[in-house]
Formats: sequence, C-alpha cells, structure tokens
Amino acid sequence: MAGSYQYPKFEYEPPPELAVPSCAGRLWPVAIVGAGLCGPTLALDLARRGIDVVVLDEDDTVSFGSRSVCQAKRSLEIFDRLGVAAPIIAKGITWDTGHIFFGSEKVYSFNLAPERHFKMPPFINLQQYYVEQFLIEGCQRSERIDLRFRNKVTGLRQGNDHVALQVETPDGEYELRAQYVVACDGVRSPIRQMLGLPFKGEVFNDQFLIADIRTRTDLPAERHFWFDPPFHRGWSVLVHRQADDVMRVDWQLGRDLDPAEETQPQRIDQRLKAMFGSDLDYDLEWASMYTFTCRSMERYVHGRVIFAGDSAHVVSPFGARGGNSAVQDADNLGWKLALVLEGVAGSGLLETYHRERHAAAQENIRQSTRSTDFITPKFAASRLFRDGALALARDFPFARTMVNSGRLSTASQYLAQSSVGDSEWSSSVGVGAAAPDGRLDGALWLGDLFGDWFAVLAFVDKASDLLAMPFFGACRVKIGSHAICALGVARDHDSAVPGWTLVRDSSGVVTQRYDGRPGTVWLVRPDRHLAARWRHASTGDIENALAHFTRGAP
Amino acid sequence: MSDAPSLRRELNLSHPDDVYNLQVDAHKGLTREQSEALNARLILLLANHLGDEDVLRQAVATARASAIES
Repeated sequence: MAGSYQYPKFEYEPPPELAVPSCAGRLWPVAIVGAGLCGPTLALDLARRGIDVVVLDEDDTVSFGSRSVCQAKRSLEIFDRLGVAAPIIAKGITWDTGHIFFGSEKVYSFNLAPERHFKMPPFINLQQYYVEQFLIEGCQRSERIDLRFRNKVTGLRQGNDHVALQVETPDGEYELRAQYVVACDGVRSPIRQMLGLPFKGEVFNDQFLIADIRTRTDLPAERHFWFDPPFHRGWSVLVHRQADDVMRVDWQLGRDLDPAEETQPQRIDQRLKAMFGSDLDYDLEWASMYTFTCRSMERYVHGRVIFAGDSAHVVSPFGARGGNSAVQDADNLGWKLALVLEGVAGSGLLETYHRERHAAAQENIRQSTRSTDFITPKFAASRLFRDGALALARDFPFARTMVNSGRLSTASQYLAQSSVGDSEWSSSVGVGAAAPDGRLDGALWLGDLFGDWFAVLAFVDKASDLLAMPFFGACRVKIGSHAICALGVARDHDSAVPGWTLVRDSSGVVTQRYDGRPGTVWLVRPDRHLAARWRHASTGDIENALAHFTRGAP
Repeated sequence: MSDAPSLRRELNLSHPDDVYNLQVDAHKGLTREQSEALNARLILLLANHLGDEDVLRQAVATARASAIES
C-alpha cells in the first residue's frame, strides 16, 4: 500500500538502570505505561505542573492506521493548554458541511460553521498517527519527561508507598519503581490483565470496513453519510476527509462477511468504484475490518495504579468519543495527581478522577450506543422509526435532529460539587461544565489567561471596585505553593489592582457566557472546568471551596 | 401530587368516530410493511406536535402495557 505518511522510528536507548548495573534507579513520581493519545497528553500535563514522569511504550513508533481521526474542540483546547495545538491544527482538515443521504436521495445538509469568539474550531479531522507524533515531539522537548520506547511492562507489584514494574528491553529486564503508575496501555491493557480486573460491557456484532484512500481527484472537504444507498443496499456508508488528501470510507458490512476477503484490495476497489464511479484515481493507504464493544472498568483507581483512556473504557466509534475521552481523562487526572504527590491533597482527590471520568464514560457509552442503534437497527421496529425519521427529515426539520449518525464528543459535564442559587443564573454553562473561552480586548483569549492552577474570574464595573470587594483577598490565596490566578473583567480600568490581572470585554461575549453582572465570581479548576460561582463571594467562601475540592469531598 | 399534565382519559375530540375511521382508512390498500411505516411516521409527527415529553412517556407506557396484556 502506498503511504502518504512516513512512520517515525523513535530511538531506543538502554535505560540507565541497565547501563549502570549497580544503579538501583530512582523512585519516579509517576510512570505512564503507553504512548498513544492518553499517555503523552498526561505526561505533558504533569511535566507542566513540575512533576517528573517516565513514559514506557513497548513499540517505537506511532499508532498504525488513521484510527481516531476527529479531534473535538475540547481536545484541541487541552492540546493548546499543553502547547501542542499549533501543529495539530495546522495539519488538520476542517470541514463544516455534512450531507445525509437516504436511499438515492439527499435528505438534508447541515453546516457546522465555527461558533464565533472561540479560539479553537469545533473539531478538526487529523489521522491519529499525526496527533501522536506531535504529542511525542512535545514530550521530547520537555526535560521532565523520560520517553522510553521498546520498554515493555511484564510484571507489576504494588507496595505500600510505590509500585514496582518489571520492564523488558532489548538489553534485558529491569525493575522500575514509581509512586503512581498510570495505565494508558490501550483496550487490551496488559496492566489490567496483570491485576486480573474485569472489563465488562456490550458486544456489537456488526462488522465495519474502513479504507483510507489517497485520491488525486478533487473532492470537497465534506462529510457524507449514506443510509441504505443504491451502491450498498441495506447498509450505511460514511465518507470524510483527512489530511494529505486522504479520505476515509467506512462501510457497514453486517455480520456474515469474511474479513480476510473483504480487506482484499480488489474487493475494496469494487466497492469504491461502485460509489465514486470507475474513473476514481486513488492509492489505498490502509484497510481494516472492525467490530466494537462498549465496556468500562468498574473502578479506574486501584491503589497506586490508575487506568485512563481505552484501558479503562471503550465505546463505538460513532461520535469520536474514544480518543477524545482519553484526552479528557488525562486532563482530569494530571492536576489531581500533582496535588496528591505534592502532599497538598489526599487520595480523596484521586477518587474524584474515578467518579468524574467513570460518569463521563457512562455518558459516552450511552450516546455512542444510541448512534449505533440508529445506524444498525437491531430489530424491526427500530428500523421502522429510523427509516421514518430519515424519510421525514427532508421536509420536517424536527426529524433531522433525530437522525443520529454520531453525536460529536463534547467536554464532559462534571457533577456540581458546590453550586449556589442556580436559578439566578442565565449563563449557558453551569458549575461542572468546561469553562467557555471568549475573545477579550487586546486580541486576548480568556482561555490563555487562566494559568495552570486554580483561577478566579471576577466581573466588576470599575477596576477599583475590586479593591472593596469581600473577595479581593482571593488573589493572595495559594494551593500548596501555587498562587491562584485572579482575573478581573472590568469596563473601566480606572486604577491598577495589585494581585489582579485586568482585562476588558467590550464585545460583551465573555460577560454574557458567564452571566457576569458586577460582583459575580467564578472559580475555575486547573483542568478549566467550572468549580463554583457566586453573586456575593468572600475570600473565605473561595478558600472553603478550594479546601472542599482538594479534599475530594462530594 | 404534581402539576404535570397527565394523559387524558376522557374524550378530547369533537368527532371521535371520524378520527377513529381516519386512522383505519389511512391503511386501506397498504401492505403490512407500508402500514407499519405509516404508523412509525405518524407517531414521530404527532410526538413532535404534542411537544410534551411527560404525556408522551405516559402514552408509550400505557400502550406498551396494553399491548403486552392483549
């Protein structure tokens, strides 16, 4: 198969534990097993928080095949916070028009034009191997991250204050000790198997065939989804664009066809020409037949071993909720692990990682199962309603909203831990949601100003009003050694305010998104989810909320 | 108990015979498959027009229970 992508080969270096035989090796704060999407994202997050981290991967290149191609806005925001979004966005493809076909007819089109005043687009399409490559290149630039390729974990022992990993390399085996081990080692997670932990869920029997083709034909950057098309009667087909003029075609094949036969290039050629016509000019890059399951571990934290990404939960591909939820796992875990390692927070904070991300996985499973059931109806009545919604969609806009070819991954909504007077608020987001970005005066993005730890975002009329507010002292509050980032949105900068960063919001976008009438304060977590909000806060209220969070209280 | 509207048990139509026959007549000359397709589409149209998810839930539960009993 022709390749538009040159797979990098990351260098293996003999680990110091083996290079110097008498060297016992250090006790690492964190060892991450697996360098896919989740592991390197978490490594970058921890390194930013001042934590040294070793990443072990049994392979020495990136994921084979395009796999998780849709990078949703929340992932892009996280990558941006970690300083690696630029190459991902530059290489990615944006599309905003999608078409839905039913039989031989187009029933409707939709437009996903970016919402204004967000730094990141709603999503981009980019092959997973590129994203992994850019993440690993980011890790290589960090002095706190030790990337070890061709280092395979073969054993694990939990002690009272550390975990000992047995690691196999081309130069032999060694033991690596870490205070915490994060298993980002994929759906077949060897670590999960070493601990004998169950991975239960629903198995779906429908087979799908993916072909990535590089076309020399000029095709629009659009998404096409066919239900029951004439060239593939009874089943569905999805086509969308990736970088390097690569198109992904995804055929639903039912339960009975033979994968070995269907992935033959000549068989794929027949299917492609039936769709695009016989003059399609292309190279086949990758083909894969897959089925899927929706599974989750019961618990994501087992003593000093923590599971994240596919090792903890898997979903159907509809909605791009696999890779994107792995990135959100890393985002949720990094700051909590850092505060626990620093002794600022107890293990109760790690328990909130389990609670929040387990709930997120349940939601992802629910959403992607609904999409799967729409695309592959399992019984007669399910198909009747599916076909009914599709048939009505052409003339009735309400029915378009029921057509479910995947509901794109969004930022998880965490359960509110502290929320005051919700009925008084008109903002579109509430406590637990991801902090919305917004454009501020001076070409500033709100998301760029939050810093790496907790932030307070306060709204006042005049900057000098901050001085008299009962929450003024919040700017001096610290969590461990980490100062809070105090941001004041003021119309009139009549005076400098020590300890506070002042910004203006002339367009009113940020003020509206946060319902920021004067006196309003929001507390933002280090992963930029909203922790609490007040109309009348005191510094004490903010300190109490922070103490509540670092305890991991419900 | 609650102020949520509940599924009507009493007549809400001026010409119940007409409405009943309207539904039945719509299926005349259709195959079983066409009849089933008609019903699914009719339910989706009416559900959206009704716009009350609580009442719809009660109607679905009532219809399902009645179908299992019979």
